[in-house]
Amino acid sequence: MKKYFQNKSLLNLVFAFLGGVLLLFIIAPLAGMYLSTSLGSLNEAVGSEEVRNSIWLSLWTAMAGTLFFSFFAIPLAYLLARKKFFLKSIVNGIIDIPIIIPHSAAGIAVLGIITRDSFLGRAGELFGIKFIGNPAGIILAMAFVSIPFLINAARDGFAAVPERLEKIALTLGASPLRVFFTISLPLAWRSILSGFILMWARGMSEFGAVIIVAYNPQTAPVMIFERFTSYGLKYSVPVAVVFVTVCLIIFVTLRLVKKKS
Amino acid sequence: MLVVDNISLRAGNFELKNVNFRVDKGDYFVILGISGVGKSLLLESIAGLTKINSGEILLRGRKISDEKIQKRNISIVYQDADLFPHLTVFENIAYPLKSKKEKEIKEKVNRAAELVGISDKLNRQPETLSGGEYQRVALARSLASGNDIFLLDEPLSALDPKSKNDLRVLLRKLNRDGITIIHVTHDYEEAVSLANKIGIMEKGEMVHVASPEEIFKHPKSEFVAQFIGIKNFLRGELNAIKESDLKEFSANEIKIFSLTDAADGGAFLLIQPEEISISNSIESGSARNHFKGKITDIARAKIGIEVTIDIGCELISLISSDALNSLELKIGKEVWINFKASSCKIYN
Repeated sequence: MKKYFQNKSLLNLVFAFLGGVLLLFIIAPLAGMYLSTSLGSLNEAVGSEEVRNSIWLSLWTAMAGTLFFSFFAIPLAYLLARKKFFLKSIVNGIIDIPIIIPHSAAGIAVLGIITRDSFLGRAGELFGIKFIGNPAGIILAMAFVSIPFLINAARDGFAAVPERLEKIALTLGASPLRVFFTISLPLAWRSILSGFILMWARGMSEFGAVIIVAYNPQTAPVMIFERFTSYGLKYSVPVAVVFVTVCLIIFVTLRLVKKKS
Repeated sequence: MLVVDNISLRAGNFELKNVNFRVDKGDYFVILGISGVGKSLLLESIAGLTKINSGEILLRGRKISDEKIQKRNISIVYQDADLFPHLTVFENIAYPLKSKKEKEIKEKVNRAAELVGISDKLNRQPETLSGGEYQRVALARSLASGNDIFLLDEPLSALDPKSKNDLRVLLRKLNRDGITIIHVTHDYEEAVSLANKIGIMEKGEMVHVASPEEIFKHPKSEFVAQFIGIKNFLRGELNAIKESDLKEFSANEIKIFSLTDAADGGAFLLIQPEEISISNSIESGSARNHFKGKITDIARAKIGIEVTIDIGCELISLISSDALNSLELKIGKEVWINFKASSCKIYN
């Protein structure tokens, strides 16, 4: 028995070491970035209207995409969790495509459907909406690459709701729509909220797809890249630090809210 | 009121085959069977949670087998995990209410809660309730729905003896107040204590529907006899004996005399363990049946000792521990068993 515990603690030690290396791998570059930034350059970045606008643009376009596409993603996630249908596994595969393809290729693909020659481009023009070089295009590019996070989280959330509860609600005379809004959605809410946070986070940090659809107006990731290529590492780091800090504050707050709810 | 007419269905590993029964208004119908025979599936098919492949279900003369779940007006209560966990007890009971008027909702919830004795639990969350309270809330919610036919899926099986007893009292009360109940269980005692009609299910089929007395006195199959706790059960053939009021029951090369009016041919025989006596030598007396056999098991029963004797087939005798000691019975010992022809119940 003693040997067993000895072995077990040794195993835990090895695992903790390996895990520690990984955590260091995540923390070290970020910490290095923070430590290499002087307070003066940080103040300058925060004070720059250009930087503030780009961060704000990243935040609101990612949020707009998340909210708009959730109207489509949540019903689809419910169907995927509850219903058996022909080619369901293919649909599940299609949903994951944006995760596996290079994001620059995703940008090219999105660009293809929003040019003036495309149906969406022409339809947008009729209503005075331009996509290329416009926040509307940024929203589409961000949503394209980040939507799988919301759909997958919501699908898992709905799947975890006991189907029996929905059926009991039906036996009590509730309509399927009422069952969805009063039973399924509230019980899957935590997972859906996780999906929201992930989609928003993934969207606002998107670079590859966004730069192809809209180099300007510049989102924060595009501005960081632009400053790096034009002026070098020294000028891009303060913007990166400000953006990462804003992201961290938002996500830690949201996680705390989620935990409390 | 409810007619289940020859329904069949297959769902996963479970199957229902040509199930027929009828439940009248005010009935307390208990479906009795061991786990896995399709009892719950049958309830779910009546409620519409599982679609049937063939047959019909009629409620008050209206075909409901193709109706949507929410249009059937049938409530179902499971043994656990059927309250909405994110809603309070009050909100759970109020869920089926259509009214938008707060006062009306409050009144109806209070009335249902009072009827099942959980008026002081209305602000609680379901996870804080005891097993008995949980089931009471589920029943109150069904009452609030206005449905007068309840399907109960093993509602007592997860409860402690005290809560079980209290809930039985409540179920009887609800039934007396006009709620028609269909209740599935594997507990024979539960069935006898609640039902005015019992249906026995075996391998997806309803093999016997009758009053509890009828089921107990005249079980239709070996399964039923064994299930309801009759220990000595033999299947064999019955033949009349010339110039005798006795009949001869043959099973496994054993011939047993029986005083019966059952018809000749295939039959089964039941003997209560307390009707069989044990002796170290053959007994003379009015008993017509004497067999020599070997003791294969001795086990303490709820009252007395059950001794299993192999006479070519195994029969169980219920004796006192006094008798066990005085006859010096032990496993492997050869003994005689004796029982009267009139103690053999024969059913065709």
